[in-house]
Parts: sequence; C-alpha cells; structure tokens
Amino acid sequence: MFSFHLLLNVIVAGILLGGFYAAVSLGITLAFGLLNVVNIAHPAFVILGSYAAFVVNSRFGLDPILAGLLFMPVFFLLGIGVYRIYYASFEKRAEESLRGLVFFFGIIFIIEVSLSLQYGVDYRSVHAAYVGDSFRLGPIELAFRLAIPCAMALVLTLALHLFLSRTFYGRAVKAVSQDHLALRLMGADPVRIKGLAFGIAIATASLAGALLIMIGPVEPSIGREYIGRVFAIAVLGGMGSIGGTLVAALILGVLESLTSTFYGPSWALAVSFGILLLVLAVRPSGLVGRAG
Amino acid sequence: MRAWGVVAALIGALALVAVWAPRAVAEGPIKVGFGMALTGGVAGNGKAALLAIQIWAEEVNKKGGLLGRKVELVYYDDQSKAATVPGIYTKLLDVDKVDLVVSGYGTNLIAPALPIVIERKLTFIGLFGLAVNEQFHYPHYFGIMPAGPSPKTDWSAGFFEIAGRQNPKPRTVALVGADAEYGQNALAGARENAKRHGLQVVYDKAYPPATVDFTPIVRAIQATNPDIVFVASYPPDSAGMLRAAHEVGLKPKLFGGGMVGLQYASLQTALGLMLEGVVNYDFWVPEPTLKFPGIEDFLKKYQERAKAAGVDPLGHYVPPWAYAYLQVLGQAVEATKSLDQQKIGEYIRTHEHDTLVGKIRFAPNGEWVKSRVLMVQFQNIENNSLKQFGEPGHRVVIYPDEWKSGTLIYPYAKAKR
Repeated sequence: MFSFHLLLNVIVAGILLGGFYAAVSLGITLAFGLLNVVNIAHPAFVILGSYAAFVVNSRFGLDPILAGLLFMPVFFLLGIGVYRIYYASFEKRAEESLRGLVFFFGIIFIIEVSLSLQYGVDYRSVHAAYVGDSFRLGPIELAFRLAIPCAMALVLTLALHLFLSRTFYGRAVKAVSQDHLALRLMGADPVRIKGLAFGIAIATASLAGALLIMIGPVEPSIGREYIGRVFAIAVLGGMGSIGGTLVAALILGVLESLTSTFYGPSWALAVSFGILLLVLAVRPSGLVGRAG
Repeated sequence: MRAWGVVAALIGALALVAVWAPRAVAEGPIKVGFGMALTGGVAGNGKAALLAIQIWAEEVNKKGGLLGRKVELVYYDDQSKAATVPGIYTKLLDVDKVDLVVSGYGTNLIAPALPIVIERKLTFIGLFGLAVNEQFHYPHYFGIMPAGPSPKTDWSAGFFEIAGRQNPKPRTVALVGADAEYGQNALAGARENAKRHGLQVVYDKAYPPATVDFTPIVRAIQATNPDIVFVASYPPDSAGMLRAAHEVGLKPKLFGGGMVGLQYASLQTALGLMLEGVVNYDFWVPEPTLKFPGIEDFLKKYQERAKAAGVDPLGHYVPPWAYAYLQVLGQAVEATKSLDQQKIGEYIRTHEHDTLVGKIRFAPNGEWVKSRVLMVQFQNIENNSLKQFGEPGHRVVIYPDEWKSGTLIYPYAKAKR
C-alpha cells in the first residue's frame, strides 16, 4: 500500500486540511489566547458565516469566498457588539469566568435556533465552478475545494500577523493581553482595544464559514463538532500566537491525514490529541508560546 | 331521614357521573405522543417527518378522526439527543396522558424509548431504526423501515447481490463507514454479505463522525485497488466522501451502498453530476414501479408546505414512511375498535397493512417480513437542478428485481461521464 506518491499526496492533503483548521482557529487564538475571552461560540459564528455565504451564493450567484470577504465588516461590527454586551454584563463585574461561559453557550443556541427558524434544518451547500475539480502539480493532485481555503487561510494568517506586529492597534491588542493598566497609562482604552480585537476575531469567522461551506454541506448545529478541535489548535499553537496557530493547525492536519491513510481514520483524532497532550507535557505554553 | 336523602342524592349524582363520564372522555381527542428531532444533527429528517405526521392527522381528522374521535398530536423536540428521549416519553405518558405513542426519527432516538415502552406494555412503531429490537425482542415493536427480517445484512444485501451478478464477478471489496451506531451496524452486515459472496475485504475501516476531509481515506482505499467500495456514511460525510472520490479519481466497478444523505434533495442538488453512476440504497423513488396508491397525492401536499417548513423540498426519503407508520397505527385502532395496546399490537403483528409505501407485513421480530431495501443507480444526471430528482429516470431501481425500473450501468467508470 505504501508508495512515495501516496505519501506525498497524503502530506499535501494534510497541509490543505491544516490550512482550513488554521482559518477556523485564528479567531479563537485572538479571543481566547490574547483577550482571555473564552468564546466557545466561535464555531457557531463560523456557521453563521457559512449561511451568509450560502444566502449570497444561492440568491445572487456570488462566489462564496467573495461573500465571506464582503461579510467581514458586518461580522466585525457584530463582534464589537457582542464584546460590549459581554464586557458590560460580565467582564466589568469580574464575573466572566463561569457566567461568561454561559453567555457564549447562550449565543450558540441563539445562532443555531435563528438559523433553523430562518433557513430550516436541511443541509446547505454553495455552488462554484471550481468546487469538485482538482488540478495537478507534478505528482501532486490538489482539490480546489481544499486548496483555495488553505491559500485563503495563509493570507488571513499573514494579514493578522502583520496587523498585530506592525500596526499601533495591533500592538495595543498584544499589550492588552499582557497589562491592562500599562495600556491605560499609555492613553489607550483597553475596552475599546479588546472590542476591536474581538471584532476582528469574529470577522475571521465570516471567511472561515465561507471556506467551511465550500468543503462540505452545513446545517445549523454542525459547528459543535469543531469546538474541541479549534480550542486544541489554539492551545497547541501557544495561546495567542498567530504563527503558532498556523503551525499547530498544519501539524494536526498532516497528522490526521497520515494516520487516516496509513493506520485508520478512527485513530486520527486520538493521535492528534495525543500529540497535543505530549506537547503540553513538554512545553506547557504550547509550540510557540512564551515559556513561564 | 334528611341525612338519608342527602346520601341518596349523592349516590344518584355519582351514578350519573359514572354513566356520563366515559362518554365525556370518549368525546375527547385521541392523543398520539412522540419525541421528534426538531433541532440538532438529524433535525432535517425529524422536521420533515413531523410535517408528514401533521398531514396524516389533518387528513384523518377531516374524515372524522379515529373511533369517531379527533386525533391530537403531542410532541416534543428531542434535540437529536438520545438522553432527552426517556424524559420525553415519561412526560407524554404520565403528564400528557397520551393514548398512543410512536417513535422519533432514527435508531439512536428509538432505542432509548424502548425500555419505557416495554415496561408499560405499549405498542410502538419505530421510524427508521436499524435492528433496534435485536436486543429487546419485544413482540409489540414494529419498524417501519423496510430493512427486512435481518436488518443488518438485508441493508446491504442488494449492493452485494448486484456485484455478484456481474461477469467477471468482482473479487475484492473496500468497506468504510462512520464510527457510530448506523455505520457500525451497516458495516457488520456488509462484512457478512461480502463473505457470503466470496469477496476478499482489502480495506475495512471506520472513521470518526467529526471527520472534515475524506481525501486521506479515499486515497487509502484507492491504494488497495478494490473492485467495489461499500460506504456507510452520514449525510455530510457522504458528500465529503463523494467529493473526495471524484477529486482523487477513485473509480471502482461499484461505488456506494449505504450512503445516508444521497436521498436528500439538498445533497442531490449540491452534488449534481458527481452522483452519476453511484449505486446506493433508497426506500422510495419516483419510478413507475413504485407508484403506490396515495403516494403522489401525499407528496403533492407535502411539497406545497415543505418550503415554508424549511425541510427537504421533495420529501422522498423519510416523509412517506412517517405518514405510513401512523397509517399502520390508525388502521390497527380502527380495525380493533380499541385503544387497547395489546389488541393493537397483536393486530399489527398478524395483519398486512395497506399504506402509501405499499403493503407491509411484519416479521416476528418487528421488522418487515421481506426486505424492500432498494438499490438505485443515479443515471442521466444533467446538472444541479432540483426538478430532475423529482422525476423518474434519475434514480433507477436496480434491485430487487420485483421493483426494478432500469438496467445497471457497469462498471462505475462507464456510468461517469
């Protein structure tokens, strides 16, 4: 069964899958890793993004990726709004740990029920000329359905990395995760900065949702299946590291792919989570996180 | 003397109540209770089933109800979670005091209700449960799904029978399915059928339900070069598997078998041409051989309301069966002229039932006495339009011979254009 051609293609499939995982996990890294906001509703926002792409694609025939990009500002504003409520109701009163979690559980249900009522519970898909086709690069076969999400994830990762490292607001987001008071002394409003960062986290869900619905059909509650995996990637990546998230997602993608092909798909998740435990045992701060 | 007068008056009043009360109760509605997946993973089927049940109740009430009493549906959302089911059925029986119960949709949501049903000695018809009664052996459980007396093997029997009829006969098979109740049951049956047909199993793996990309699995299957591939997958996985097979260029001689979801209009229109040549199970398709009395009228009514309900627009898969399981129950109530659970159960077990999915007779284990799991091949798929899937000639019945409506295009590669 083993051949170099198969190995090469399986690794590439894993990289493509990892790229998609990165797109879904970046929002968690921002919210959970940098802002300390345990937004377990992130996958539900991703599904909301999928439905936004579905509606625009089915009604106007717009490309799903373009739809995902177009909806990013809307999701950004939605994220700011959600954070404002979260801040006023929980964070401000230092009640965010458990009650905040319940708040995000509530958001999951609101999103799922709203989507069910509006669009029903049937599976939804998008149509694009390239979905279902593949192309060849030497011995490697690449499916557009996975290659495009991976490319978009890389662009998104790079954009977020540049934003966080090269811009004033980006640096402020990093600073807010480390020292609220110091940021306030520098004349910046931590709540506003956190709102901005949370808005960006939710904006990534718009694009991630469009990528998800390209890969496979979605229904309102399908986001729950991703909660464990995206948090695992954020933790493995080093909680707050954009580059680390990409590396962790690629590692998980490749491991899943290799295990599925050469050992059996039942073990794919077990091996991935086993590696997560192993890494955390050796490096509790994750792959790219700062030690201590 | 005055006290005796009061006592006599009270006795008289009680006697009047005794005479009138049963009649007052009899004039109340017959309550039919069930849990149904209205949210969660299988809500697509659950909501479609609910619409069909509502259509049945409306039609029955229009004709005067059952035993001269109106039918009232009492139902709760089981959220596609097995854990909610025992609570729902306890409430239906103890609080809502329903007269009859039927199941929710699917194996995982039928099985948790059975212990309560058995304890209360009720008659229970299951909607699309695979081998649910295998462990319980309850005489008054009946499965409306036409999987036959040996559901696990009957499920895939047609797929392997078709393979066995080819010349040269396929020699190797790959088996792949979801690591969950349905997938495991279907794979267990497929293994037996493969053995029966002398096929060598070259790949036999289950995948976890949260699998996102099926490319690595399809590549592993491709590397074993099987003659036929049997897939027992859930709806999103079926789409993922088919897309991956299409992208990788997997072309065994026969592909499909137990893919759940390829019966849904939403996935049919999403997959379009990728479906061409796939041989998969189904229970009812709009082919001329399966035009049972009442089915077209029912589908017309269902399709008119499907869009507003946000459910499968064609309703070929679950809705006719959801209507039929209440048809069976209603016919039994009328025939026995009673709500006595034992009498109803006995009647269902010993009689043939005329429904819009055809004539049904149950085996001692509550499954159909004879399997009617169809194997259909997707043929002449032109594009992604919904209309074609509502017409004959696109899901051609290949097996069983009794219901056959066309000829298999073999091998799979020949069918794919």
